[in-house]
Amino acid sequence: MFETLFPNVVMEDMWVATLETLYMTIIAGIGTFVLGILLGLLLFLTDQGNLWENKFINFITGLVVNVFRAIPFIILILLLFPFTDFLMGTIRGWKAALPALIIGAAPFYARLVEIGLKEVDKGVIEAAKSMGAKASTIIFKVLLPESMPAIISGITVTTISLVGYTAMAGVIGAGGLGDLAYMKGFQSWNFDVVFVCTVFIVILVFIFQFIGDMLSKAIDKR
Amino acid sequence: MIRIKHLSKRYKTKNQEVQAVDNVSLDIAKGEIFGVIGYSGAGKSTFVRLINRLEEPTDGSILIHDKDITKMPSNQLREKRQKIGMIFQHFNLLWSRTVYDNIAFPLEIAGVPKSKRKEKVLELINLVGLAGKENAYPSQLSGGQKQRVGIARALANDPEVLLCDEATSALDPETTDDILDLLVSINKKLGLTIILITHEMNVIQKICHRVAVMENGKVVETGEVLDVFVKPTSKTTKRFVQQLNPLEHEKDNLAAFINDREDSEVVKLHFIGDRAKRALISEVAKTFDVEINILQGSVTPTQEGAYGTLFVELIGENSVLQETIDYMKNTGVEVEVLRNV
Repeated sequence: MFETLFPNVVMEDMWVATLETLYMTIIAGIGTFVLGILLGLLLFLTDQGNLWENKFINFITGLVVNVFRAIPFIILILLLFPFTDFLMGTIRGWKAALPALIIGAAPFYARLVEIGLKEVDKGVIEAAKSMGAKASTIIFKVLLPESMPAIISGITVTTISLVGYTAMAGVIGAGGLGDLAYMKGFQSWNFDVVFVCTVFIVILVFIFQFIGDMLSKAIDKR
Repeated sequence: MIRIKHLSKRYKTKNQEVQAVDNVSLDIAKGEIFGVIGYSGAGKSTFVRLINRLEEPTDGSILIHDKDITKMPSNQLREKRQKIGMIFQHFNLLWSRTVYDNIAFPLEIAGVPKSKRKEKVLELINLVGLAGKENAYPSQLSGGQKQRVGIARALANDPEVLLCDEATSALDPETTDDILDLLVSINKKLGLTIILITHEMNVIQKICHRVAVMENGKVVETGEVLDVFVKPTSKTTKRFVQQLNPLEHEKDNLAAFINDREDSEVVKLHFIGDRAKRALISEVAKTFDVEINILQGSVTPTQEGAYGTLFVELIGENSVLQETIDYMKNTGVEVEVLRNV
């Protein structure tokens, strides 16, 4: 049945591609999580009226974030070729996609983190100050825990965009389901391969969304 | 214990300068419950934040135990803040932490080891009457319970002072009374100095020893609660006192009794402290040949004793009426003869 409907789909290739997509998404997701939180914190803390209020740093960080968010991902990959080559020693394979994926997704995530941090009750920060808390205590014991649901739902949304980005990276040879759909599917005019790859990607997205929703719900005690 | 001298705070906005706190000087004794009352915008919220420098003062000094808070570098200030507890109108608990962990938070900040924290937190939970709620999250608590957590948290590092920023303004009257009772019992049990700001006169009346009335950033009146209640001098204070004494609003209803007849006088009597317990009316009735018609009366309890107000009509011969009034004055009761205006 399966073979008659999808004659050109090789299951073994599918699994390899799925794993490559998973690796790319998860590792880039972790990188985005760390870099995004750092940038988000920097954006928030240097903003007016906050802990490290600094107009200059805030402006520069905001500018960098906005510029990288403005660049279409497919162009970002091309732009980053020399950097990727220098950093990873290659421009092919799923590892080579990581720098572009992280640099592409982190600025977007940073804005989500910033929004989450802005939602933290100012009164709670004031209370922590009144207890004699240091900046680091306020960051790690107040700001981050109190904005955790937003941080988690933010990384969920970002991870899902990352799945999309990996497919694009695939087209220029990063491997994964996007690569398979383009090379074995589109290029060879085998639309059954394109279709099955799409179904796999949709399933992956659903799984990420489900995990994110569960985590966010479990953590939210408001 | 706390000496505030010429304290001022000015804000610069784009178009103008706002003087939120204007040259305030106050002395607050150890173990005292000191109230600051004012309408919104009077600068009381800013004032209380100047004491632990959540707001930086523009001018003036704040001495706690002869140490000037305003001159402390930030690391010393942070240490000092551990000894200045603060509770808030909206409680400001961390929703991500349980009751237990919220109360443990200031101990974490002070670097108390985990084993010692537990003992202290459980002791505080018992003190504020929240036993059994250790593992609840703030969202599962009522307003009064949240404020109890706030109080326990503020007391965790054995502070010298407790600052209360409109601590009961978000609570219903009954819960307000419970929280005020808790504050009084803590004040007595621990000898803790409490500085409390509010816009509700009944809070001042119920628990404060002394009060300062603020208006436009200035302290317009200060003194013992009872004195301020009985003889308010500024217009703002009078309005606050009226808010508390329902009789003041009904003064107009007495107009019918006030007349120009020689054989009748309407007098307002103020009984203060122990004198409020005196049976003055029956004394007068026995001593003088006057008829006494009681029109209205009320008694208001405060921390320093009760004070009562009584409106009576005295009927009798004019000379006897004068004698009666003089007699009442000599007992130490405040007497005010009301006339038609």
